[in-house]
Order: sequence, then structure tokens, then C-alpha cells
Amino acid sequence: MTAMTLVVLFLGTPAARGAAVASSDDGLARVRESGVLRWGGDLQGGEPYVFQDPNDPGRIVGFEVEIADALARRLGVRAAFVQNDWQLLIPALERGDIDVILNGLEVTEPRRQRLAFTRPYYAFTATLVVRRDEHEVHGLPDLRGHRVGTLGGSLSHDFVAAAPGLDVVLYEGTQEPYLDLEEGRLDGVVLDNVIADRYGLVRPALRDAGEVGQGVYAIGVRPGEPALLRAVDDALGDMQRDGELRAILDRWKLWDSRQAGLASVASPPAPAARGSLTPAELELFLRATGVTVVISVLSMSLAVVGGLALSLMRRHGGRLLRLAAGGYVELFRGTPVLLQLYVLYYGLAPLIALDAFAAAVVGLGLNYAAYEAELYRAGLEAVPVGQTEAALALGMSRGQALGRIVLPQALRVALPGIANDFIALLKDTSLVSVITVVELTKQMTITAVYVQGWLVPGLLCAALYLALSYPLGRLARRLERRLVPVPV
Amino acid sequence: MMETVLRVRGLRTRLGGAEILRGVDLDVARGEVLAVVGPSGSGKTTLLRALNYLTPFEAGEVEIAGHRLRPGMCEGHDAAALRAVRRRIGMVFQSFHLFPHLTASDNIAEAPRRVLGLGREEARSRAEALLARVGLAPQAASFPHQLSGGQQQRVAIARALAMEPAALLLDEPTSALDPRLTGEVLAVVADLAAAGQTMVVVTHEIAFARRVAGRAIVLVDGRVAEHGSAEEVLGRPRSAETRALLGLEP
Repeated sequence: MTAMTLVVLFLGTPAARGAAVASSDDGLARVRESGVLRWGGDLQGGEPYVFQDPNDPGRIVGFEVEIADALARRLGVRAAFVQNDWQLLIPALERGDIDVILNGLEVTEPRRQRLAFTRPYYAFTATLVVRRDEHEVHGLPDLRGHRVGTLGGSLSHDFVAAAPGLDVVLYEGTQEPYLDLEEGRLDGVVLDNVIADRYGLVRPALRDAGEVGQGVYAIGVRPGEPALLRAVDDALGDMQRDGELRAILDRWKLWDSRQAGLASVASPPAPAARGSLTPAELELFLRATGVTVVISVLSMSLAVVGGLALSLMRRHGGRLLRLAAGGYVELFRGTPVLLQLYVLYYGLAPLIALDAFAAAVVGLGLNYAAYEAELYRAGLEAVPVGQTEAALALGMSRGQALGRIVLPQALRVALPGIANDFIALLKDTSLVSVITVVELTKQMTITAVYVQGWLVPGLLCAALYLALSYPLGRLARRLERRLVPVPV
Repeated sequence: MMETVLRVRGLRTRLGGAEILRGVDLDVARGEVLAVVGPSGSGKTTLLRALNYLTPFEAGEVEIAGHRLRPGMCEGHDAAALRAVRRRIGMVFQSFHLFPHLTASDNIAEAPRRVLGLGREEARSRAEALLARVGLAPQAASFPHQLSGGQQQRVAIARALAMEPAALLLDEPTSALDPRLTGEVLAVVADLAAAGQTMVVVTHEIAFARRVAGRAIVLVDGRVAEHGSAEEVLGRPRSAETRALLGLEP
């Protein structure tokens, strides 16, 4: 049975999940009783960690899959992979969704205060990758004032954040930062050598610019489950001693000299955990709120104008224009905006290299234009044909009839809907974090990593969204009352 | 001989497969009021709408205030020609079609400003003079939905007059109104007739037509069944259709 089917089986039995949380004071007994070791990871991390087998996408493979299987075997249970967003693995562990985290989780001091770690199973270096033609760059200090990409919440992120004067750009996948480096949207990428070797240095235009820091991966366990921690740690120690770990790492071409001295690698220094928000973080929140507002306003302006053009094309254009506008609306309404953002920013990068902010505004604007077009259409259809006839009969041109008589009335019908869409757009801006824009929600997830909790940043984030959307909601309701189309 | 403002020859229109007008001829001289009567579905409204090409026609010809409309014109290509005709003909619709987002005054001032290029003040004073003429001076700042049906129709008449049309076309101006309100609209139309405004009035109000119109035509099944002076046609009808329409025969 594959790990994937086990996931499905497990998620299909909520009773087992509830029981797991209830008896969390003795994790080992729970794992033994259920016969399953649930380990969390993110398939988006890709090869070689945990990923879908390209030859058999129903199967997941990776060196961590083999480590998990070996550990489970030694515990006398089966391993079951649970997919989880990488940045949310620790909350998932705390919630009891998984028994252990086994997914390139670096040992850092803040994490040590929040969860228990086994001995490390892999030692890595954080590698700086730059474009081959940038001959002057030999380390992070040479990139002062430039844009450097990394994975949000990773140890590499800490290294980059600690270097002064860098413009840090955060990603959630391992391919995208190197793609952007090639496109010139970034000037450097700092990530674990495992990632750099496989995703960065395989690109001929990129080169290794040296080591930025070191770290180790270890397995994370809930601090309240010492028995489980000891059992997993012992099993991992046995794997190190009897050579199974080396065999796995060899198979994945991950074994190097660093692994031999693994036991002696100390945890790297990292910023200490803070209990609450600092004034600097509050300022970052406010700045992120500003980003959210600016993106919302710009993309809504684009949507309002674009939607109007689309609805007029659909209503008054020739056959081809009508067809094109109709196709546009169906395409952008019928596919997820997240997908559209990915395609616009990464997919079209070789054709048009938009920067992240422009891509966010254009992407959301293009998407919402489709919705606004439908609102205008409803508004235009609500205006009786007699209005146009009366205007034409007075000698007005068709343009005047449209602009002076029909549109003002159509707008009244559409306006409350437009105001509602603006509120929806305000919240949809949270999606643009996938193309590295740090807006309000992204700022919240970043801060949560440092503050070691989601409640305070989450509430602050919610309060800021509400402060923006509540007045808009009031305005929308007032418009609805005041602009109810008057009887003709 | 009086000057002819409106001359129609052999007008034919078609809606889908059905022929609505089957060859209509008529002439209207300057200062004349022509009443168009006929049973429902006889093509009265279509005839009126064809005169400014809101309804296109297939055959025939319309000559109005020196401009000519021909079959097969198109709103796109012939926009300039159509506008030239329409700015010389006023149209008053059965259900008013006032612009709901504009005040009574702005409803009237809009076309003089946009089409004739009048200044804001000039257009406003023209609108106010016309509102006074139809007895609605105090309602200048009211929006259409704040006015009664009769008041709305009077604003609609003032709106058409603001373009100083060579001819005014009225399509059953009182049939959408409560009977109590028809009087105020008919009084306005009678005043216009007395002042020498050239008009074509489609109406069911036979008594009113006899009083106001100089001439009348009876439209039956898309053809002119009878025409002559209003007194003759509506007072001493010769054709069976007209007698049936006027309820003179069982």
C-alpha cells in the first residue's frame, strides 16, 4: 500500500483523528495503537524531499519518504504522509493533525522553544546563487541594496534577514525564485544546498556564489510527547549506526562529507523568540496594509475601466469583438485567480517580465474586469430601450445617448455590486503573496513565525482588514438605498 | 399653396415576416395638425416611428424639412444623415421615456446643450421657458419619478419642443395616463396647435382630434383607408372601416 492511499484512508476516519488528539500525552502509545505514524510535509518542496513520482503521480517518493518508512518499520507501524503547507507544519503538529514533522525542517532556537527535535538526519549549507554574468558578487554583502529571494519561514530566510541592506523577497516554492533570478527580477537566491543544486545550479545562466550559513534538518515532535520523541530519536540513531540512513542518502545522491560529522553539528544561532509584536513589526503591518490598499485601488480601477470596455464590446461591438469579450469573461470568471496570477507572473515571464507588484495589479484587475463586465451588462440591460430611442429621437449621436443617458442609469444599477466586489477584491489581494508581494496576510504569516503564534498577528490582521472593509460595506449599503433605480 | 414640411410616399415596413405598412402616402403642410386614427395593430405607431427612422422601412421615401430618408439606411453608416433629420423632428412617446436620472429642467436642456451646442445658461433658460409654457415652472428641479404621469408627459413635450422641431410627432400621448390626467396634456397639445406648431398626432381621442386637427387619416391594416379634413373623416366617415372604428355601425 502506498503512503498516499494511507493518507486517504486515514483522513477518511475522523474518529481516529479525534482519538489521536485526546490522548496526546502519550504519543507513542497512540501511534502503536493506531499502527500508523502520521508525518507531515509539503509536496511543493519537490525533489528530493517528498514529491509525486513523475512516472506514477499517485505515488509519493523522496529521501524523506524512505526515512519515514524506515522509522515506521523500526517502530512496528506504517508511515502515512499528510500533505500540509510547509509554513503551517508546526501549527498542524500542535493541532494534532500529524505525529511528526519530517520535511527539511531546520533546527532553530525559536523552534526549539516550541517543539522537540530528534537528532539531525541531514546537514546542509545555505547557498547563495547568482547570475553567472555577475562576476563581482561573492557573498551577501555584495548584494546590499539588491533583491534576494528565499523561502518564507526557512533558516535561509533568517540568514538573509540578518544581512543588512537586502531587499528580501519571499517565495513558497523552490522553482520560482531561480526562475525570477534568471529573469532578472532577483539578484540572488539563498536556499539550502539541496535545493540550490537541484533547482538553481542546473540552470546554465546561474552560478554558486558561496556559502551563507549552515544548518541541520531534524524531525519535530510535540514537546508533550517525550516517549514518542525518544522512540523516533532512537530509531534514527539506529539508522545512522547500521548505515540505513547513509544508504538512503546515497541513493538520492545526498551523501557528502558534512553528513559524517552530523552528530557534532551544533544548532546555528538564530534570532530569539519574542512573545509579542515589536513596534517595528507593527510598522511592517501598517506598511503591508498600505500595500493591500494600493493594490486594491489600482486593480479595481483597472477592473472598472476594463469591465466597462468589455461590456460595451459585448453589447455594441461587431461579431468578433462580441465573441472576444464573451470568451474573456468566461475564461477569467471560470478559472481560479490564483492560477491566473501564476500564469501571468511565472508562465508569461519569458514574454513579458512584469515585476511582482505590476503583475499583482494587472492579474487582479484582469480577473475582476470579467466580474465588473457582468455587472455593467446587467446594468445596461436594466435600462429600457426607450431611453436610447428618446435620446436618438432628440438628435443625439449614439455615443451621446450611451454616455449621457444610458450609462449613468446603468451605473446606478451596477454601483452597489461594484462596491461589494471592491470588498471582495480587498480580501483577494491576499492571493498575490504567491507571486512574492508582501501584503497584509503575508505579513501576518511572516510575523507569526517569529512571534511563535498565530493568534495575535491573526487578530491584528483581521482587525486591519475589517477597518478597511467595514466602511466600504456601509458605503455599499448606502448606495443600494440611495441608488435604487427609480421607475422610468 | 402652403409649404409641405412632411411628405411620405409608398412607405412599406416589415416586422419579421409580417408587413406592417403596405404603402402609405401622406403630406403635412407647415402649421398643420394631422390626426392619425385607426384600430389597434393597424400600424399607427410604426408609421410615426418610421418618420424619424426609429423603425427602418423597406420601401418608399420620407422627405422631412428638406431632408430625405431612404430605405436601407443604417444607424452606423448613416448616423449623420439620421441625426440631421431627427434634430428637426420632435418625438413624444406614449410612455414618455423621460431620463430618470435628470431633473425636469435637465431633461429639456440636455439635447439643446449636446446637440445644438447651447451654453449651460442658455439651455437652462430655454428649459425654464418651456416648462412655464406647459404649466410646470415650479417643477423644474423635480425628478421624473416625483411627477404625475400627466406632468411627465408635459415635460416630454417640452423636451421635444426645446429642439424647435419643424414637426412634432405625438404617439398616443394620453393613452398611458389616468383619464383624470389626459385633460392637462390635451390642453397643452391644443395650445401648440393654436400657436401653429406642425404636428402629427396618433390618438384614440376622436373628439379631441376633431377639435384640434385640421386633417385626419384613418389607418387600417397598414393602408390609408380614408383621408381628408378631420371634420369630414371623423364627422361624416364614408368608409366602412372608419364607421366601425368610430362605433357608428354595429
